[in-house]
Amino acid sequence: MNNKERKNHQYKAHSAEILDLKDLSYDTRYFKVKFVDPNIQEKLGEYKPGQFAIFSIPGVGEAPFSISSTPTRQSFLEFGIRKVGSITEALYKLKIGDKFDIRGPYGNGFEMDKMKDHDLIIVSGGLGAVPLRSLLLYACDKREDFKNVYFLNGARTPEDMLFREDFMAMHQREMLETHLTVDEDPKGDWPYHIGVVTKLFEKIADRVNNKNTYAIMCGPPIMYKFVIKELLKLKIPKEKIFMTLERRMKCGQGHCGHCAIGGVYTCLDGPVFTYWDIERLKELI
Amino acid sequence: MKTYKLPKDKFPNFINFLSNKGNLYGPVKQKDQHSFEQVNEYSEMDFNYQRTILGIKKFLTPPRYITQKFDSESVEDIFPQSETNIVLGIHPCDIHAVKILDKLFLDNIKDPYYESRRNNLILVGHSCLPDKNCICQSTGTDIVEDGFDLFLTELENHYLVWVGSSKGLYLIASAENLFSEDITKEDIAEYIRWQKSRSEMFETSIPFKYMPDIIHLNYDSDVWDEFGDKCLSCGVCSLVCPTCNCFNVEDKIVMSADKGVRERMLDSCTLPGYSLVAGGHDFRPNRTQRIKLYYTHKLKEYIGKWGQPACVGCGRCVSYCPVDINVVTISQALFSDVYEEMVCDNNE
Repeated sequence: MNNKERKNHQYKAHSAEILDLKDLSYDTRYFKVKFVDPNIQEKLGEYKPGQFAIFSIPGVGEAPFSISSTPTRQSFLEFGIRKVGSITEALYKLKIGDKFDIRGPYGNGFEMDKMKDHDLIIVSGGLGAVPLRSLLLYACDKREDFKNVYFLNGARTPEDMLFREDFMAMHQREMLETHLTVDEDPKGDWPYHIGVVTKLFEKIADRVNNKNTYAIMCGPPIMYKFVIKELLKLKIPKEKIFMTLERRMKCGQGHCGHCAIGGVYTCLDGPVFTYWDIERLKELI
Repeated sequence: MKTYKLPKDKFPNFINFLSNKGNLYGPVKQKDQHSFEQVNEYSEMDFNYQRTILGIKKFLTPPRYITQKFDSESVEDIFPQSETNIVLGIHPCDIHAVKILDKLFLDNIKDPYYESRRNNLILVGHSCLPDKNCICQSTGTDIVEDGFDLFLTELENHYLVWVGSSKGLYLIASAENLFSEDITKEDIAEYIRWQKSRSEMFETSIPFKYMPDIIHLNYDSDVWDEFGDKCLSCGVCSLVCPTCNCFNVEDKIVMSADKGVRERMLDSCTLPGYSLVAGGHDFRPNRTQRIKLYYTHKLKEYIGKWGQPACVGCGRCVSYCPVDINVVTISQALFSDVYEEMVCDNNE
């Protein structure tokens, strides 16, 4: 290995600056970042919706995060980060203008070319809105590439719903048809639907064209089973149902082994899988 | 492949010569176990051994090593020193294990830490005779044709030396007065007879070629619960397996100063928390799920990803698992009533 290869090896993380921060909920924060080196920003700006990046906080560790921005807007990257562990806690201490290291992008991402000229049903639960926001923004920026785009988004309570204003703005601009629901409305001022996310299928079922639709979902593990049931009821083909999954990862490139499921690695062959994969690989959901 | 003859009494001279070419490691007997240790001369080593505690992975993915050093200002990547390490006395199974690790760490995305260690490693193989725990004949890794720099087959009065790389040829060329190319008909006959008698010494066999199917069909079998109940989650199977390569990454801070290191260490899928994600969800919370992952991944799923199973039949799991969970007991349980007939069929 020569010196140049050592400088640009596969585990090399690059410094990124925080451009903006804001709280999306009581436990989830929005991060807008940009690589300090413009060449790296240009190179790494060519990711696919559904891919992820690995953040490095020296002294604390590394962890993977879904990219929440769209490659159609290449001058920055966005993330939605829930405070659940030591690395996210360290990230929460950072301020606008602070820098930390990012490597990636990793993972297969969504096959956007395949989805062209189709209807999209995008179903999200809780934190699942973070990776799917990338796909939603992409679909809005390339609106003419897609037919009807339905977005069904559920959260536990109104306080838990992420990017709510973004999604409603897209709805108001008729970029996509958004339906929002919460499991509970403790304050009683929620203007939209109350109930589990699968109930939202009633609002679109009679208009779904199963010959020409891709379905995409992301949410807590428990959600998948019930959403898949609804999609199969609508006769969406199994290979046209996509989901993006979470696993423990240490490397992001098929070396550390933690994300192995059957014969695939979530980091290389996923995190986007089809329902056909799910049936084939028993441990996926 | 070039082949040479080395008289047995010249082997110590060759080792002396090699000691000038890099750090020398070889099988050293410590109490009743062998392990690859740094040596200076022939007399420190014992080539008449069955298996070392760890295979060659200890040179390629050491149990624990530093990948980065950092302080509050900067992060520095730490690569291993570029010294040549020559490992002597490696058995065919362990060379096959290196070939499997090479695929994982170099064929797809290159791991820079593995790559620098691998580039500086010279593998000198040595023939062996099996004991009752060796199952390399079943796994098809009892003979090795490439993946080494040199391989020595021990015959009555001399070694047959197989050259597997240009590095190996260079080592021979610069000590050429020790070697001859004069391989006679008698030498060939002796070698063939030796191979045959060795292959007849194997006592244990498993139906390896049917393994992927039987694992697939037994995915929901109770067999896994039985092994899960027994498993101690100690991780020794992964530690000693020459192809187990999963690693964890941890940061450590030096408390007295504003600096620290990032370390990689061997991990095992049988340990609790292997599939735990932030927020507390564990995708494999019980031992049954983890022991099933270990054996399905090694014996079946590896084929889909890397073209071959990841068991080289070295017998380490057979020797070291404290509760007798190993490839042999797993195959006996999975094949159950048809085990005996399948073993016979596999050997035909």
